[in-house]
Amino acid sequence: MLQTLHYGRKLCYGMSFPDSQTLEQCMKIFVCIKQVPDTETKIKIAPDGKSADMTGVKWILCPYDEFAVEEAIRFKEKNAGATVTVVSAGPDRAVEALRTALAMGCNEAIHVNTPESADSFLNAKALARAIEKNGPAHIVFTGKQAIDDDCAQVHQAMAEFLNLPAVTVVLRATYGATIQLEREVEGGSLEKYDLPTPCVIAAQKGMNEPRYASLPNIMKAKKIEIKKMTLADLDLANATSKISYKQLTLPPDRGSCKMITGDAPAAAAALVKALREEAKVI
Amino acid sequence: MKVLVYCEHSNGRIKKGSLELLSNVVTWPGVEAHALVLGAPGTLAGLLSQMESHAPHTVHTAEHSALAHYSPEGFAKVVADAAKTLGADALLATLSAQAKDFLPRTSVKLDTGMASDCTSVSMEGGKLEAKRPMFSGKVSASVDFGNAKPAIATVRPNALGVKPEKMGKPALNALTVDPGSIRTSVKEIVAKSGGAGKADLTEAERIVSGGRSLKNSENFKILEDLASVIGATVGASRAAVDAGYRPHSDQVGQTGKTVSPVLYMAFGISGAIQHLAGMRSSKVIVAVNSDPNAPIFQKADYGVVGDLFTLAPAITEELKKAMH
Repeated sequence: MLQTLHYGRKLCYGMSFPDSQTLEQCMKIFVCIKQVPDTETKIKIAPDGKSADMTGVKWILCPYDEFAVEEAIRFKEKNAGATVTVVSAGPDRAVEALRTALAMGCNEAIHVNTPESADSFLNAKALARAIEKNGPAHIVFTGKQAIDDDCAQVHQAMAEFLNLPAVTVVLRATYGATIQLEREVEGGSLEKYDLPTPCVIAAQKGMNEPRYASLPNIMKAKKIEIKKMTLADLDLANATSKISYKQLTLPPDRGSCKMITGDAPAAAAALVKALREEAKVI
Repeated sequence: MKVLVYCEHSNGRIKKGSLELLSNVVTWPGVEAHALVLGAPGTLAGLLSQMESHAPHTVHTAEHSALAHYSPEGFAKVVADAAKTLGADALLATLSAQAKDFLPRTSVKLDTGMASDCTSVSMEGGKLEAKRPMFSGKVSASVDFGNAKPAIATVRPNALGVKPEKMGKPALNALTVDPGSIRTSVKEIVAKSGGAGKADLTEAERIVSGGRSLKNSENFKILEDLASVIGATVGASRAAVDAGYRPHSDQVGQTGKTVSPVLYMAFGISGAIQHLAGMRSSKVIVAVNSDPNAPIFQKADYGVVGDLFTLAPAITEELKKAMH
């Protein structure tokens, strides 16, 4: 909350600054993260066939979101007065991912409780409302996609709900009056953008090198109170997802591998023959 | 039912994946297929003839100077407006860096649902049906769009295959365009060196991929030579990228690119789950590895146990013969 002009000092989020600093320097940075299953997880399908069976799954902070958290913290370290609020929309277990982000160096955390079945639309709307209620945001960072549903929609959808410009798959950002960005597109080519603030930035792998949380910071993070919000708190009690999944199946088995033997010339000849005559791909 | 296909183009050519998608939609029974192209004034006329071999009912053109360069906001709004004006039941696009970027904004503008990276789409009983992979391809999920209108979906290149020609002369409709406020757009594109002329991994029909066993970046020339014989794009495993042999944009896998070629040849790649996640929907997988126990042999269709440094050149020679 901003309170202004109190005995010649400006109060911003409980911190006070001398007159010479402007309110704009009290920059609120948000990072949206998602808790996802570890990449090694073998996914089982629930008996009703409509969802994945999550028992025994090891949960992690989405790898792409790690780059976003790191970028947000680096921005804070370079801008006095900036704070980083990490937000996650999801079921209760998402709190653990928030703790990881806090341990990396975020100042505060918000958990927005949304159901397991929430789609990108609902999660994006919930995140946007939570940011509006706790903002205003100077920059919102997030990863380019979550590795559980691989939708890659929340970043731009959330930006649209917030009425902010956004650039995704960002490999590099240089911060000035506007933000100079490089976004990765097909063929490894880079699109260059000039992005004004406030804005949303979705990180690509390699944007930076995420730091490891030190043990003391992990212990400190356990004690930080996480703000809890429900959909009702966000005036979204009746909000629903736009899509759902009616059936999950395991991909069909490919069948066994045909092993080709012989010395290099013979094996090469046999392989190419098979690719041409049997598989018909050459 | 009206299905609107957003057709992407660059350098005067409609994207292969857009034509593949259009070629499918024009065959759907009970569906009136519409195509949409965006661009600067005067740049769209040359695209029309490219759509005659898979002719939709109407090609809608949106011309405006603000559309000369890609912007998420501008493209999202113009496409949303077009879908709304048309009363489209479904809005489809080939999965690309551009479409995956702006369509989520379009879905919010239209207060509708979107499914990304679908490996199959069809119209059944007046509703869009789609399947998409989840958990890095470990699961295939059927999407229920409920009452979403238009149902929005991006479709993975090469997933549907190009349907036979359906010649025709589509009607033309020049749209009134209001791009709205655009706060950021592409100022410049820096092409990756050495990437010219090669299909992007995500669109490539043939891929030759190398792992850490290549030992250094110079050795990747062996795979480049093989690839050039069959017009393939070269990819790499995370291990090879982390070791610095290839750039990250060549990485195939969970934190790299997801590819769906007709032919995927993996040299010296062990086949970690994270790599498989990126290439498991390849039609035919060939694995060459010196380790007979490499997990990749569980997923490959053809396997050769041996030294890739002798096998790759030998395969190149055989392919040269076969291509003549």
